[in-house]
Amino acid sequence: MKYTLEIHRCSREEKHRYVQMFSYTTENDSETIATVLANLNAQPLVDISGNSAAPIVWQCSCLQKKCGACAMVINGKPGLACARKLSECGSTVRLEPLRKFPVVEDLMVDRSIMQENLRMMKLWFESSAVHTEKNTDIGYEASRCLQCGCCLEVCPNFASGGEFTGMAAAVPMTRLLSELTGEQKKEASRLYDRHVYEGCGKSLACRSICPAKIDTDRMLVNSNAIAVWKKLFGR
Amino acid sequence: MERVNIIGAGLAGLSAAITLAKSGVRCSLISSQASERAQSVMAEGGINAALDVMGEHDTTAEHFADTMKGGVFLADPNAVNGLTSGAPEIVNWLHSLGVPFQYENGHIIQRNFGGQKKKRTAYAKSSTGKVIMTALIDEARKYEAAGLIERYSHHTAVDIVISGGACTGAVVRDVFSGETRVFPGKVILANGGLNGFFPGQTTGTTQNTGDLAAVLFSRGVEFANLEFIQYHPTTAQIQGKRMLISEAARGEGGRLFIERGGSRWYFMEELYPELGNLMPRDVVSREMYKVLHDPQCGGQTYLDMTALPQDTWKHKLSDLRSEIIDYLSVDPVKEPVAVSPGIHFFMGGIYLNEHHETSIPGLYAAGECACQYHGANRLGGNSMLGALYGGKTAAHNAAVSPDIPAGATQDIPEPVETQSSHAAASRLCNILLSGLGIIRDEQHINAALKELDGCVFSGGLSQLERRRFQFGRAMLMSALERRESRGAHTRSDFPERSDEDFLRTTIARVVNGRISIEMRSIPQRRAENEVHA
Repeated sequence: MKYTLEIHRCSREEKHRYVQMFSYTTENDSETIATVLANLNAQPLVDISGNSAAPIVWQCSCLQKKCGACAMVINGKPGLACARKLSECGSTVRLEPLRKFPVVEDLMVDRSIMQENLRMMKLWFESSAVHTEKNTDIGYEASRCLQCGCCLEVCPNFASGGEFTGMAAAVPMTRLLSELTGEQKKEASRLYDRHVYEGCGKSLACRSICPAKIDTDRMLVNSNAIAVWKKLFGR
Repeated sequence: MERVNIIGAGLAGLSAAITLAKSGVRCSLISSQASERAQSVMAEGGINAALDVMGEHDTTAEHFADTMKGGVFLADPNAVNGLTSGAPEIVNWLHSLGVPFQYENGHIIQRNFGGQKKKRTAYAKSSTGKVIMTALIDEARKYEAAGLIERYSHHTAVDIVISGGACTGAVVRDVFSGETRVFPGKVILANGGLNGFFPGQTTGTTQNTGDLAAVLFSRGVEFANLEFIQYHPTTAQIQGKRMLISEAARGEGGRLFIERGGSRWYFMEELYPELGNLMPRDVVSREMYKVLHDPQCGGQTYLDMTALPQDTWKHKLSDLRSEIIDYLSVDPVKEPVAVSPGIHFFMGGIYLNEHHETSIPGLYAAGECACQYHGANRLGGNSMLGALYGGKTAAHNAAVSPDIPAGATQDIPEPVETQSSHAAASRLCNILLSGLGIIRDEQHINAALKELDGCVFSGGLSQLERRRFQFGRAMLMSALERRESRGAHTRSDFPERSDEDFLRTTIARVVNGRISIEMRSIPQRRAENEVHA
């Protein structure tokens, strides 16, 4: 089967953006986009018109949906390159960098705003976490967040540098809220209220996009109950 | 105290950073990508500690004995004693940081793992590495906010600065800008295993290129036990890599078999009635190799998990099931999964003493990049423990040792030309695989060495590639020199274990541009009450 790859590239120094097309032939249409990119880069690269091209810059690490490194926009939808198969893409595959983050080069973006947001939300324990059988499962689910940025990409309310930190902060915050006690719980609730609850437009765009299939509804329901409703009802 | 540089932000690097921060020492935490991308997030089955919560009267002494025996007595016993004695404190600390270990009736639940008779492995389904990493990243964030840990999350170390025989800094390249500069100060290496010498053939990350190991080796850093490569019994080829099927699958009741004479032969259970499928990994992989090459057998080994209770799939292995369905298109609840041994872990690495000091003053190492704790074969559940305890120990010792004066020359060492081609990497990989398989012999190792030298002499390799080939040569020479069978190193021409000649550490180093291999004695175990030297 023959595929055309439309890659939205960007030079590192001048940030010059351009689209380059590549032809790709494979017998195996269950190849992932990560495999396609690795194969393209494994040999001297030539574009569809026969001009030589620089290797395509992208990030990867685990190749099995456990690390979130290879998140990009594939045919308009964000996802992990190691998970999306050619067979799901059609004969033309458009690859773009995530748009909510500054592009460094080609498909590589700078996602450091996600780390900054978690620092802003003071996401750490000042004292020992409290475990119960119930919060163990919530904590597990929340701990699985890859920090890949796909949920932020589809979120109509998230903008880099804004007050609203999106699901990528709300999910990890769920673990903190469910395992905290005392004064820090109040502070964490306040930060959650301000940076998640107030900014979330409930579009639920993040609901089905998570490559780790985290149950985002459950995370929100749990955190809202701890941080917002119990407070309102004076419990 | 000068700022300490930590190379790598996985479990070992985070553990070192948090330890330094707790004692008020500032550090730079340098990694090519964010911590969420580190190989540690892929660790699955669990972490060992004799918590004695399962009613089996477990003790740290038994954890020590199992670790030493599993590693066929090649590890430094004093280091291992520190590890196993310190394990309960580490796991309880992780729990206090909110790690959601399986938790019932007010205590952590532990599972069976290979090479250990007692339930000693704390876990969170089969994503234990991921949930521990999440908690440690959060904990490190507290010290980042306090200014004690400074993160460089898109920076890669390409070299170290050696001045007056000591390490006085790391040479670091910004992956985003391409600029290179020196980070002065002591260096703790936590940059992961040697997967990069076997691209596409290991269960690990593509981020561990092996480049830094090759450069450090060429600079004179001593490496140890490079012949000991762990082939994990249950892996399967997927695109671009081997996929691991966690040992937890066997810990929870999974059984290995091969077809023989029209029926299933559960060879591990027949050959090793006591531990069966849960023998140490070196033993299981070796037996699999044998039955896979037995003309009487069906040529494919399987892992049968179909008899596992529904509850186990739901609460203990749900993530493993979805992974197997996604990548192998088999539902393990319904049918056995085809598996075979694949490269998973490197017991060998940078040579360390008990204090995690390398052969170069000012340079420390921890985690898989180093040779510590695991001897000739690592037990499942000991890698995360080793990375955490090792990071802590390295940091503690780096913090208490005096700063090394930087000296007059703080220049970047002559940069190593960094191009490396896929063709050269895969050539080297094939050569190494031909000499360093599960079963080895002199003939194949010598043939591999000859082919490797041929590649180097024929030219066309970049400086970095020449260093990588030199490092590969050291791996092969280490395997050649160890004329015995022990742990993960099995020689068909020397099938017996020989303590008299080889109960020693294999040291590889570069002297005047040539590789030298030496068998160095292993420290004796101190008596319990003897004071730490």
